[in-house]
Formats: sequence, C-alpha cells, structure tokens
Amino acid sequence: MRRRNVLPGLPLSLGVTLFYVGLIVVLPLAALVIKAASLGPEDYWRIISSSRALASYRVTVLSALGATIFNLFFGLALAWVITRYRFPGRRIVDAMVDLPFALPTAVAGIALTALFANNGWFGSVLEGFGIKVAYTPLGIMIAMCFTSLPFIVRTVQPVLEDLDPALEEAAQSLGGSDWSIFRKVILPLLAPALLAGVSLSFARCLGEFGAIIFIAGNQPMSTEITALLIFIRLEEYDYQAAAAIASVLLLTAFFMLAVTNWLQARALRYTVKG
Amino acid sequence: MSASVSTRRKPPRVGDTPVFRRTLIGIVLFLVAFVIVAPLIIIGVEAFAKGWAVYRDTIIHPDTQHAIMLTVLAALIAVPVNTVFGISAAWAITKFDFWGKRFLLVVIEIPFSVSPIVAGVAYLFVYGLQGLFGPLLDAWDIKILFAIPGIIIASMFVTAPFVARELIPLMQAQGRDLEEAATSLGASGWRTFFAVTLPNVKWALLYGVILCNARVMGEFGAVSVVSGNIRGQTNTLPLHIELLYHDYQAAGAFASASILALIAVFTIIAKVALERQGAGRVRKQANPAEKTS
Repeated sequence: MRRRNVLPGLPLSLGVTLFYVGLIVVLPLAALVIKAASLGPEDYWRIISSSRALASYRVTVLSALGATIFNLFFGLALAWVITRYRFPGRRIVDAMVDLPFALPTAVAGIALTALFANNGWFGSVLEGFGIKVAYTPLGIMIAMCFTSLPFIVRTVQPVLEDLDPALEEAAQSLGGSDWSIFRKVILPLLAPALLAGVSLSFARCLGEFGAIIFIAGNQPMSTEITALLIFIRLEEYDYQAAAAIASVLLLTAFFMLAVTNWLQARALRYTVKG
Repeated sequence: MSASVSTRRKPPRVGDTPVFRRTLIGIVLFLVAFVIVAPLIIIGVEAFAKGWAVYRDTIIHPDTQHAIMLTVLAALIAVPVNTVFGISAAWAITKFDFWGKRFLLVVIEIPFSVSPIVAGVAYLFVYGLQGLFGPLLDAWDIKILFAIPGIIIASMFVTAPFVARELIPLMQAQGRDLEEAATSLGASGWRTFFAVTLPNVKWALLYGVILCNARVMGEFGAVSVVSGNIRGQTNTLPLHIELLYHDYQAAGAFASASILALIAVFTIIAKVALERQGAGRVRKQANPAEKTS
C-alpha cells in the first residue's frame, strides 16, 4: 500500500542533486576511468604492475593494515573507557577524539614529523631504544593511525552505549568471568560495528596523503605510498601513468565502499531491536 | 547523594573491577596524550620557537595573508554551495521515494572514500589541457586548473557529502507527516521548508556546515594537485604550510599551521556545543525509522 505523495519540490531538489553529483562527483571520476581505459590493456598492466608501483602498494597496504590493527585495539579501548567509565576529563577526551578529523592533514603531518624526528620529543626517546620512526614505514603507520583513529571509536561508541546491561547480568548470574562475558557476549554484539569501523579506517589509510608525505621520507621502493607515486607521475607530466595508478586507488576505494556498506547494513540488522 | 544511590542500585558491570578500570583508563589517557594531544601542543610550541616577532612576521607576510584570503574565499563559496546541495539531496531523498535512491546515497558518499589525490587527478582529466573540456576551455581562454576556480571545485568534491549526510538520517527519522500537514493546509513548498522542516533540522544543518567548513579550509591533497602551487597566487593555507616547511622555514610553517589548528579546536568546541542541542546523535536513532519508511 503506497500513499500518494503530496509534497512539492521533487523535480527541483532531485534536479539540483543529480546535476551537482553528476558535475562534481561522477564526471571527474568518469573522466579518470576513460583516461585510464584509453591506455589499452598491455600498457595499463605494465604501468600498474611496475616494480615501483608494486612497492608502493605494498608499503601502503601493510602500513594501513598495521595502523588499522592498532586502531582496532586502541579505538575499542577508547570507546569503552568513554562510554562505560566516569572519570574527570571524560568529556574532554570524548571531544578530543574528533581532533584528527578537524585538524588539516598537512598540519597533522608536520606536527607528527616534529614529534618523531630524531631530535623531537618522542623521536629522541625512541632513538635511545634504536627505533626510528620519522622517514621510515613506521612513520607512515603512525600518520595513518592518527588520521583514521576516530572511525573505529565513533562507529563502536553508539553500539556500546546501547548495550543492554541485562545481557551482562544474565551472563554474570550464570557465573561467567568478566573476560568470558566480554568474549562471548559483548564482543559478538560489537563485532559488526567494529568491522564497519575497521573497513572505514582501512579505506581512509589507503587514500591518506597529506599527513603521510611529511613524515614518510618518500624514498621510492621503500617509503613511497601509492598516492604520492601518482603525484610524482603528474609532476613528471606522465599523465597516463598517473591515470592508471589513480584508477587502481579508485577501484580499491569502490571496493572498500562496497565492503563498508555491506558491513554497515549488517551492523544495523544486529543493532536495531524489533 | 544521588551518586551513592545509583552505585548501590547498579550491580558492577563487566570490566568494573577497580584494578582493571584504572589500568584501562590509564593506558587510554596515556595514548590519547601521546597520539592526539601532543601533536596539538607541538604546533603551538614550534610556532613560537623563534619568538613572537617571527610568528607575527609570518602571519602578516603578504604570502601568508594571501593564502588566508584564498582559503577563506574557497570556504565562502564551497560551503554555501555544498549546503544548498546537501539540503536538496536530503529533501529529495527523505521526502520522496524514487527508483535508484539507495544508489544515489552511495554515490553521494563516494568522496569520503576516494583519496584526495585521486580526486585531484580526476579533475585534471576534466578541465586540464589533456582532459575532456581542456581544449575547449583553452580556446575560450578560461582558466580553471592551476587557478582559483580549480581550488574551489576540488574542495567542493572533497566536502560534497558533509551537509547531506548530517541531514539525511535526521530528516529520515522525522518522517513526512509535518510537511504533509503543512502542504495540505495550503503552505507552499518553500514555506513548508522554511517554517516546518528547517526549524527541526537547524542544529544538524549547522553541524554539517561547520564540519564542511573545517574540511574545506584544511584540504590539502586534492587542492595541491589542481592548484599548481603558485606562491602568492594559488596557495591556500595548507599549501602555504608545505611550501614554508620544505623551504626550511619550520617556525613559519608552524605559525601558519597554528591558525588552522585553532580553527580545528573551535570546530570541535562548536561540535560539542551542537551535540548538546542534539545534533549528530540522531544517526543511530534514525535506523529504525529507515526500516519503517
């Protein structure tokens, strides 16, 4: 049964929306795909599978994985502490979680570099232990950790807030230890949101540019991320190579978008109670 | 008094043992200080490392002033345009049913998942000389890339979803009844929007606008591809920071960065204030409504 819709404004609002999305989002991405497709399969494959490109995928994906795994634990702990405990400064910590989103990536990049350079606050201490962060893959990971931290916190937080205490009480009355209740009752409920946060965070890490280039050292084959390689190809006026490698990042982004949407749909199914 | 009552009534929940609680809070606070607070502090420290005079000289330098002006100009154009788009998209998507609505929602969110560098490159292939419209624009002598319009449209791409995605869940949750009532009583579409819809979503709208603004002012990757980095002409503040930084003027770079850091801090304060008004927290409540509509 469908009611007749009496509201006005569909042609105008939908028209503006489609026009804008078409012009600002779809047209440029289509132009990129057309440009990459114009290369022909052989050239395309040669460019995207060149050893330098492969090395850049490797460092980007591995750093993103490392950063996402760190943020999985840190983000979950942070969300847990903010929602379950009351302590002085809790609201400030809650607000600070958004700083990585609000702070421009270039600003974050130079700040992290200053902290982790070998004469910086953290870098000088870590150097004592023989750990070098700035201008190494570890630096890339730290920049990725910083920029993607809020995703996991903010997707897990609402689920944690809505968690029914009765479930825990029931498990406690049955004699479960805290750890086994967390593992068998709480974690399964958090899992869909955690996974959605992880995929958002991972996608963000793969595309991150501004925060990384300052701290990475940018050495081809070792600390050059894919986004930077695209930029370098542009500066060399090698537009076809830039288009081809950019199309790889674009396809990865679409893939991650599909994964995220699927996970979020699942997360909703589990959080919405009839 | 109420505190003692509530602690007595509530049984201890998982993870509430004092030792575990204190350890976890300790670890988290330590990491927050290490990962989030320290970068913010170092900006201030480094900005004034060479003294107040150097700081002031950097800020009043014509190149910095120009970068600030350009950043503000980009925000003044991109934010209102994205606001109009966000409202249109939210109205179309939440007040009507049409074929392909889910797909449209995904397309609107694309800029969130696409690397800003990819966005910049994509614009090159539309408006650049080797792009779709490049030769045409060149013939008419219109410069979009490596000029201010390019910076503005690249910022628009990156921030396109911000307003829409704050409004859509909220307007979804609020349903169509009020608007339908207003319309059936004879109010025009605009009147319905301004008198009925807008007052209900004003905080969420402002919230989206503020987040959008922060992102426009801070955008680096996409803008650095399309701007051409011409000093004193097409440098926005984030690009100016990079230029100074690579020019071994660290104090100057951090001085410029401190302006953006300050904007970030104000953005967060505004965000907290708006969340108190109920903005931003509707996303999860919107889900059941999404199912019923």
